Amino acid sequence: MIPEAGLAALWLAAALAALQFLAGGIAVHRPQGNELLASLVRPAAAIQALLTGLAFLALLYVFSVTDLSVKLVASNSHSAKPMIYKLSGAWGNHEGSMLLWVTVMALAGGGIALLERRLPERTMMATLAAQAFVGLGFYAFLLFSSNPFERLPQPAAEGMGLNPLLQDVGLAFHPPTLYFGYVGLSVAFSFAVGALLTRQVTPDFARAMRPWVLFAWIFLTLGITAGSYWAYYELGWGGWWFWDPVENASLMPWLAATALLHSVSVLAARDALRTWTIMLGVVAFSMSMVGTFLVRSGVLTSVHAFAVDPERGSFILALLALYVGSALVLFGLRAGTISEGERFAITSREGALVVNNVALSAILGIVLLGTLYPLLTEAFDVRVSVGPPYFNPVSAIFLVPMLVVLMVGPLLRWRKDSLGRVSKPVLGALVVALAALAAALILGPVEVLPAIGFMLSAGVAVASVMPLAGRNVLRLPLATWGMVLAHLGVAVSLFGMAADSAFTKEVLVAARPGDTSEVGPWTVMLDDARPVAGPNWTAMAGNMSVSYRGGDAIHVAPQARNYWSPVQSTSEVAMATRWNGQFYAMIGDEGEDGRWQLMLWWKPFVTWIWYGGLLIGLGGMLALVGRVIADLKRRDIQRRVSERRDDAEVTA
Amino acid sequence: MTRIRWTLWAPLAIFGAFVVLVGYQLTQPAQTEVESAMIGKSIPEFDLKPAFADRPGLASADLRDGQPKLLNIFASWCIPCRVEAPQLEQLRRAGAPIHGVAIRDRPEDVAAFLAQYGNPFTRIGADDLSEVQLGIGSSGVPETFVVDGEGVIRYQLIGDIRPEHVPLLLEKLQELAR
Amino acid sequence: MKLLIFLLSLCLTAPVLAQDSMPPAPYAYRQLDDPAQEAKALELMQTLRCLKCQSQSIADSDAPMAGDMRHQVRTRIAAGEEPEAIRAWLMERYGDYVSYKPQISATTWPLFAIPVLLLLVAGLVLRRRLRARS
Repeated sequence: MIPEAGLAALWLAAALAALQFLAGGIAVHRPQGNELLASLVRPAAAIQALLTGLAFLALLYVFSVTDLSVKLVASNSHSAKPMIYKLSGAWGNHEGSMLLWVTVMALAGGGIALLERRLPERTMMATLAAQAFVGLGFYAFLLFSSNPFERLPQPAAEGMGLNPLLQDVGLAFHPPTLYFGYVGLSVAFSFAVGALLTRQVTPDFARAMRPWVLFAWIFLTLGITAGSYWAYYELGWGGWWFWDPVENASLMPWLAATALLHSVSVLAARDALRTWTIMLGVVAFSMSMVGTFLVRSGVLTSVHAFAVDPERGSFILALLALYVGSALVLFGLRAGTISEGERFAITSREGALVVNNVALSAILGIVLLGTLYPLLTEAFDVRVSVGPPYFNPVSAIFLVPMLVVLMVGPLLRWRKDSLGRVSKPVLGALVVALAALAAALILGPVEVLPAIGFMLSAGVAVASVMPLAGRNVLRLPLATWGMVLAHLGVAVSLFGMAADSAFTKEVLVAARPGDTSEVGPWTVMLDDARPVAGPNWTAMAGNMSVSYRGGDAIHVAPQARNYWSPVQSTSEVAMATRWNGQFYAMIGDEGEDGRWQLMLWWKPFVTWIWYGGLLIGLGGMLALVGRVIADLKRRDIQRRVSERRDDAEVTA
Repeated sequence: MTRIRWTLWAPLAIFGAFVVLVGYQLTQPAQTEVESAMIGKSIPEFDLKPAFADRPGLASADLRDGQPKLLNIFASWCIPCRVEAPQLEQLRRAGAPIHGVAIRDRPEDVAAFLAQYGNPFTRIGADDLSEVQLGIGSSGVPETFVVDGEGVIRYQLIGDIRPEHVPLLLEKLQELAR
Repeated sequence: MKLLIFLLSLCLTAPVLAQDSMPPAPYAYRQLDDPAQEAKALELMQTLRCLKCQSQSIADSDAPMAGDMRHQVRTRIAAGEEPEAIRAWLMERYGDYVSYKPQISATTWPLFAIPVLLLLVAGLVLRRRLRARS
């Protein structure tokens, strides 16, 4: 009953999307005489949001009660799973995640319809029509090829989905976080298309788009940060980024979204960078769709491989070609007619942000190139591998100038400024940067990239707080605090990356119980290795007492774990965290001589990588809250002004 | 103005190329095997101790004795190796000389495997550290190489030998014998 | 085909079947005594691809063949070979696929040419935008 209701809600939502698309399209094309149709668009979007929400709730319900007559539940769930993983299993599969995709799209569309008041009516119609157009393709995909509510002819006796690797809190919440990001960018896409169709690229348009971009970007930042940390502790080799195709698929929309975020601020504040903003709006969601395609189609090999299916890949490719292709054609045809915005000098905040846009776009291009290159050569029967040794230095070529400009940019005034005016704080930042470089070189041999990383992280850290100097911190707009925090987060993250690259110590040792080893400032004693059992696994746990510089002993116990259903063996890492880094340990096999293979790491400041990511997300949240409050205040003032004007007219 | 036009259409052009590339690749079967790059090159020097009591060990000199032969990389713990045993037997009966390299195998396990699935090998070398496997560009088991009389690798068959591969391998050996 | 995929997934989640019972190679999990040599070896191992895994370096993989490759790298570095010579030795056997660090060749030149092109285009874009504006 409930699954059928969910499916019906989905069909209705799709029908409403069709209505939204047609009515919106007609209202844009010929506003006069079609006011009735135009009035249907917003309600259609709102009800669509409600209906898809209900459909998603229906899916959550069948998973929560493990309704084994539903095919998706039977293949992906199990009655013995803890409730939280039953629920997260709803979106941890292809059909469920596609339903999540359309739900977020519909919610975003409903949100724009109900909350957005700044746009000219015709642009609003165009935006909602574009959103519905994209939604229709995904509804079709869901309803015709990936029905999440499909029933089995006979209910299954038990579910098949008890893969222990997938029962992890991080992994449970990683998809929805990223999805809010990816699909949130669809709003920016629709806005961009709407603006192109109605030729209304104005600061008001930018102010309307900005909170949505911020919202999506925050989720992407947090999702990528969480994903990196999950891979670090779960996959068990101490790496946090491998430039793997699936990782790149999440990074590319983020790069585009970061550029878009900055570009839209320029458009909002100074009515400049119009073409850039529109293009980035289209590119960001295109990258989301490209990413979704790459990870589901099976064309690329990845250690994070999803369940892949070339047939699904073809459908998504068709959708991709239709939406991105038509948006880019529209861009080519119309962007040339967007008049140039306000002028600005090279040394100005706009100038710095142009450098930012160009650099981020270039890095995006490089990541795309490196990710797709093996695919290109495979078409000629040659296999190549492109990994960190390529991506790190080549992206650094563009990242380094960008970060140098970041040290100066936020201090510059709009439109026209001089370097002389900001020379003191910038020189201050440079001095700190050089001091950091010197400190790093003294501490130990450091390679080129980490050395540059240390320098830039110190410089950016100092430069990011400079905008606070000489201002009344209590009356500073929240959005400025957001900027400061986010840029500081970049510096913190970069520092963590450089420290981990340069100063990680690794020790591999075959130890007997009672043996002591050292890794960096840690002393590690293997107490014993004994068997341990869990709900669906048994393991050998290596109990270790570790102490930092002779301090109190901490007990850690990495495990070599064997699950029996399904049969799988994994390695559970044990970590001891300090403010200045992490001790990271793994246990391997027992040798023939009774000695256990231990892998021990000391990773200085590695946690700062993810703290930095969290700071960036927090900065974004402050900026979002700040902008929304400022907008509400402005609306309130405008309302009061117009009320007063009305009163004045009455009493005149 | 023309320059602006060019940059406006560049994203579409790049996207078009992307769609063509991935569209084509979607139609191709996934390529999961790593081919050896040593085809046409000489076997590296090696000397492996015997993996099985009743057969001598294998050295690179044995592959340079003037007669083209098959080199079969196998292991007792490898499941497809059991599947190809009948084909290997067929090749042996057809007169093809077959040498084996056992990857990471204990002598007793090799003995048990050969007892159960037959022994088509003239010589079997024990490659406990995968050194020979790495040396000839093999990346898994089972693989079969066709080596000519001078020790040059001429052909690589990845995976178990299927019935349809038997005439193919025999033909390659005959070609090299001329 | 299923069996091949089975064998390929030997890395981070190892099915209990289809594995050899021999101990790992001596230097698969043992570091070189000289820290400088070990650092060189580690750097090289992080850029060589495990041939039986989905996408991992041999430094990060527990597959027996990856262990054997690590053994080769370490023993050769200890014997005085240069890392790039060892990479070349492996690439002679497995082609570009085994190295995560692409070498400039007839098949990989676009990987290096395109970033240079991007740099030029970026420079042009910036020059046109910023000069026109001042």
